[in-house]
Amino acid sequence: MMKKEMLDIKNFSCGYASKFNIENISFCIPQGSFAGIIGPNGSGKTTLFRGITNELSPLSGIIKVNGHDIRKLRYKERAQRIAVVSQNFEAVNMNVEDYLLLGRIPYQRRLQFFESKKDIEIVNKYMSLTKVDCLKNKLMTEMSGGEQQLANIARALTQEPDLLLLDEPTSQLDISHQVQVLNLIQRLNQQLGLTVLMNIHDLNLAGEYCDYLIMLDSGKIHTQGTPEKVLTYKNIEEVYDTVVVTETNPISKKPVIFLVSEQVLKQNKSSGN
Amino acid sequence: MNKKYLKWIFIIGLLILALIVVIGVALTTGELQISIFDVWNILQKGQGSIEYTIIHDIRLPRILLGLAVGGALSVSGVILQAIYRNPLVEPYTLGISGGASLGIAIVFVFGLHLSLGALILPFAGFTGALLSMILVYYLAIKQGKIKIQHMLLIGLMISFIASSALMLLMSISSTENLHGIIFWIMGSLDEPNRTLINLNLGVSVFGLVATCFFVQPLNALRLGEEKARHLGINTETAIRTLFLIASLLAGVSVAVAGVIGFVGLIIPHLMRLWVGSDYRILILSSYISGSIFIILSDAVARTIILPNELPIGVITGIIGGSIFVVVLSRSSKKII
Repeated sequence: MMKKEMLDIKNFSCGYASKFNIENISFCIPQGSFAGIIGPNGSGKTTLFRGITNELSPLSGIIKVNGHDIRKLRYKERAQRIAVVSQNFEAVNMNVEDYLLLGRIPYQRRLQFFESKKDIEIVNKYMSLTKVDCLKNKLMTEMSGGEQQLANIARALTQEPDLLLLDEPTSQLDISHQVQVLNLIQRLNQQLGLTVLMNIHDLNLAGEYCDYLIMLDSGKIHTQGTPEKVLTYKNIEEVYDTVVVTETNPISKKPVIFLVSEQVLKQNKSSGN
Repeated sequence: MNKKYLKWIFIIGLLILALIVVIGVALTTGELQISIFDVWNILQKGQGSIEYTIIHDIRLPRILLGLAVGGALSVSGVILQAIYRNPLVEPYTLGISGGASLGIAIVFVFGLHLSLGALILPFAGFTGALLSMILVYYLAIKQGKIKIQHMLLIGLMISFIASSALMLLMSISSTENLHGIIFWIMGSLDEPNRTLINLNLGVSVFGLVATCFFVQPLNALRLGEEKARHLGINTETAIRTLFLIASLLAGVSVAVAGVIGFVGLIIPHLMRLWVGSDYRILILSSYISGSIFIILSDAVARTIILPNELPIGVITGIIGGSIFVVVLSRSSKKII
C-alpha cells in the first residue's frame, strides 16, 4: 500500500525581499519518513525550512502538510501539524516541565489559565520518552547543551505534530550527544511513526540516520533519493567543491565520507597515485 | 491541586492583604493622625467634619489614583519588557514621558491652561504620550512587519528629542510657567478632579483584564518571536495589541499623575525575582505590588517633611531604586 504523503512541496520558490533564495523546489516526504536536507552554507536549507513554517511567504508554489495548504491554516492549527526544533536556542529561565507545557499552547483556549489533565499527561509521556523526566524541576538555564536539546525535542513532541522539523539539531553538541539526540529521533520516528525532516550539515550523520536525502545547491535541488544515491563522491564534489572519498560503513552498510587535506592531495598527485 | 497554583494563590492572597494594610496606613497617617477604628464611623456619620473631608476628599482619592497609576505603570512595564525581551525597557524609556512632558510644557508656555481650563493639562499629557508612541510604532514598521529592536532604538531617540525640545521650551518660558512645568514633571497624586481619577481607575482595570487575554502570547514570547509563532501565536497581532494596551496604561497615568519614574522598571523585576516569569502570576502580582508601592510612596511623600510634601517621584526614585539595587545585587537569579 502506498504511504500517505505527509509533506508535499510543489514548485516552491521563496526568499528575502523579493529575491529568490530557493527556486522551484518540489519533493514529497511520505508519512513515517526520516528525511534530511543537506547542502553547503547558503544553499537555502534554512530558507526552505522558514518557507515550510510559513515564516517566509512563497513567491510561487504550494506546500501541503498532511493534505492541508499551510498558508490556509490558522496559527494554532499550523502548530498542531508542524513542530520545530530551531537551530539557535537561548535557554530561558523556566523549569523543564513549564517549558514542555508551552508545547500545549496550540491546543489551549485563549483564556485557558490552567493546563488540563490531558496536557499534563502528554507532557509526562514525552518527558519519559525523551528521558528528561529526571530533570523535570531543573531550570533550562542550568542544563547542559545536550540536555537542553533533548528538552527542545520533548517540547516539540508535546505539540503532537504530523511533521517534526529539526534545524541542525546536533550542530552544538559533542559526538556522544549528537548520537544520543539522533538515536532518540530515530526511535521516535520508528516507534511513533513520526515524520521527520532535518536540516543537517554533517553528511556522515545524514547518511547514517536518514532514509531519504535532499541535496540543495544554490537554492535548487541537485539530487534527491536514498543516502546511497545522493552521497556519492561526484555529487559531493560538485555541490561542495571539495574532494572526498566515499566508502560504505561495514556495520550499517550506509555511505561514509572521508575528507582529504590539500597537502595529502598534492603529495598524492606528485607521487603519481 | 498543583503545588504551583497553591503557591500563586498564597502570593496573591498575601499581596491583597499587604494592599489592605497599606491603604489603612495611607488613610490614617498624615498631618492629622486618625485612628483606623474611627475611619468607618467618620465616613458613615461624620459628614461635614474635618476628618471626613480629609479622608473622603483628600486621602481616599489619592489612594484610588495611586492604586490605578501604580498598577497601570507596572503592567505597562511587564508588557514592554516582554515584547522587547529587554530588562531595561519601561514605559518612560520609550518616549512616553518625553511626549507627555512636551505636551504639558506646550500648554504652559502658550498659557492654554489659563484660557481652556486645567483639564487641558491631562489631555495634553495624554496626547503627547500617545503621539510619541504612535510615532515609535509606525517608524518601526519595515515591509509591513514591526522590527522590535528598531522600535527600541526609535523609542529612545524620540525620548531624547522630546526631552531636548522640553529643555528648549523651559529655557524660553517665564519663571511662573517654569514652576508649573517642573511641578508637573515631578509627578503627584494630588488630583482634585474625581472624573479623572475614575477614568484612570477604569482604564487601569480595563488594561489589566485586557492583558490577561494575552497570557499565552506573553509566555510564548519568552522564547522569542519566531519560536512563539511555531507555538501557534499570531505574534504580529499580539504585539500590536499589547503595545497599544501598554501605551494606553502609561499614557493615561502620566496624563493625570505626571511622571512617576521607576515603577514600571522596578516592580516587574522584583516580582520576577519573587514569583518567576510566568505571566499568569506576574501580571496580577505586578499590578497589586505597583499599587502598594505607589500608595506607600505617596504616604511617605506626604508625611516625611510635614507640613510640606515631597514630590512622589523623589520617593519612588530614591527608595524604590535603592531597594531594587540591593535586591538585584543579592540575587543570583536570571530575571528575563
